[in-house]
Amino acid sequence: MNLYWKYASIILRSQMQYKVSFIMSAVGQFLVSFTTFLGVYFMFSRFNSVKGFTFSEVLLCFAVILTSFSLAECFVRGFDAFSGIISNGEFDRIMVRPRNEILQVLASRIEFSRIGRLLQALVMFAYAIPASRVDWTFDKILTLIFMLAGGIIVFSGLFIIYASLCFFTIEGLEFMNIFTDGGREFGRYPFSVYGEGVLKFLTFVIPLALFQYYPFIYLIGKSDNTCYMFLPLVGMLFIIPCLIFWRIGVRHYQSTGS
Amino acid sequence: MNKYLSFFKIRLTNGLQYRGAAWAGVATQFVWGGMTLLMFRAFYQNGENSLPMTFPELSSYIWLQQGFLALYMAWYFDNDIFNSITSGNIAYELCRPIDLYAMWFVKNMAVRLSRAILRCFPILIVAVFLPKPFNISLPCTPVAGLMFIISLILGFLVLVAFSMLIYISVFYTLSSLGIRILTTSVVEFLGGAIIPLPFFPQKLQTLVMLLPFASMQNTPFQIYNGYIASSEILKSVLFQIIWLGILLKLGKLLMQQALKKVVVQGG
Repeated sequence: MNLYWKYASIILRSQMQYKVSFIMSAVGQFLVSFTTFLGVYFMFSRFNSVKGFTFSEVLLCFAVILTSFSLAECFVRGFDAFSGIISNGEFDRIMVRPRNEILQVLASRIEFSRIGRLLQALVMFAYAIPASRVDWTFDKILTLIFMLAGGIIVFSGLFIIYASLCFFTIEGLEFMNIFTDGGREFGRYPFSVYGEGVLKFLTFVIPLALFQYYPFIYLIGKSDNTCYMFLPLVGMLFIIPCLIFWRIGVRHYQSTGS
Repeated sequence: MNKYLSFFKIRLTNGLQYRGAAWAGVATQFVWGGMTLLMFRAFYQNGENSLPMTFPELSSYIWLQQGFLALYMAWYFDNDIFNSITSGNIAYELCRPIDLYAMWFVKNMAVRLSRAILRCFPILIVAVFLPKPFNISLPCTPVAGLMFIISLILGFLVLVAFSMLIYISVFYTLSSLGIRILTTSVVEFLGGAIIPLPFFPQKLQTLVMLLPFASMQNTPFQIYNGYIASSEILKSVLFQIIWLGILLKLGKLLMQQALKKVVVQGG
């Protein structure tokens, strides 16, 4: 872990060498998610609620997804560039070093400019936490922390699957965007909005709803089921098959030879 | 004219090779469109009366948007062009007896068109057979269908003409990073890619309709689904033509200015 922070500080310092470009990308990231926010705002100025959820409740949900996605993206972004690492043979270099290869791939790229998106999420939290009229007792705060942690882990798992697929093919990976970018875009509303089928899929196949919908309805008091509070922890188990898949991928790996 | 046509053809056939990527794209866009419609349905279930668009109109809009995504995607830029400016390779291009503006224009058109050709048919054909009200309906009148095609092409040209301004701006700034993200989010939002323009608040809507972004994807899709009444069609198409003229003129002017004092980056 120490090694990772060392990598992180080197990358941070190197990105800070290009301050203008860093600020520009951060502002850009902010703007991109800000337009999504405006979309939600405009919808709610026309319709008062969606499936019984009010504007401030939806914002709370949106902020959870956005925070966990941007944190996951910031630190696990190395996997996004992974097809490049494979095709230019850099993975061979990684394999011969006596360190965990996941750690090295993670540390190959850390996008601190994702801070723009995080900022947007924080602003929404600042508005939604008081406005959602949730009684912030200890267990509600804990639920929120579980949701964020679960979200970071599940999104990281998805990024790892994305990268592992590169061991087998580089074509058609765009499809994975449905779960990563799509998870972020459509996760701004509680997943029950999309109907029963989608909710089931996101509960049992890709556990995005485990850290979003179920703990969320507990959080805003739509459900008294205390179990829902701990579902994000169950969702975290998703990382295990992802890591196994990664292992299979590594074993399957044949160098491109370049 | 011939040389631009062959540039266009080369890029087009090149783009048509990426069929595997296209299938993944089709699947992604299909899920994306479906999820968007499910979201809107949840809002519509409130049973409010003052809906800006009917649900079948919305379905047609969303599927057309997914089908022709490649024509109107704001985030696509040709990195070769940016690189040629920053690396100095632009010098070679300037030696050639061609108009740089026209060449960049056709290159951009060809890449977008090749992607759209591969993707639009599977998406639109499946969308026709979806259960009501999630399916795409036929254009409301034959005239609207015809005008849709004309407007689709015009909107496409407006978007490419606008993105040319971004390429040209790099002559002045030498860095494309900030301006790309900035314009992408503005064009997407004001063009109706995030939510259709009729969902905007009334006052803002009146203003946004006057901007060039409304003349991109908004006009053709709203003609198709009948949101723009047949008496208004000619007016909105005329509006597209005016914006196309302005953007083309502006682009050429700025390009001339930029080339007059272009500094070729050494190396």
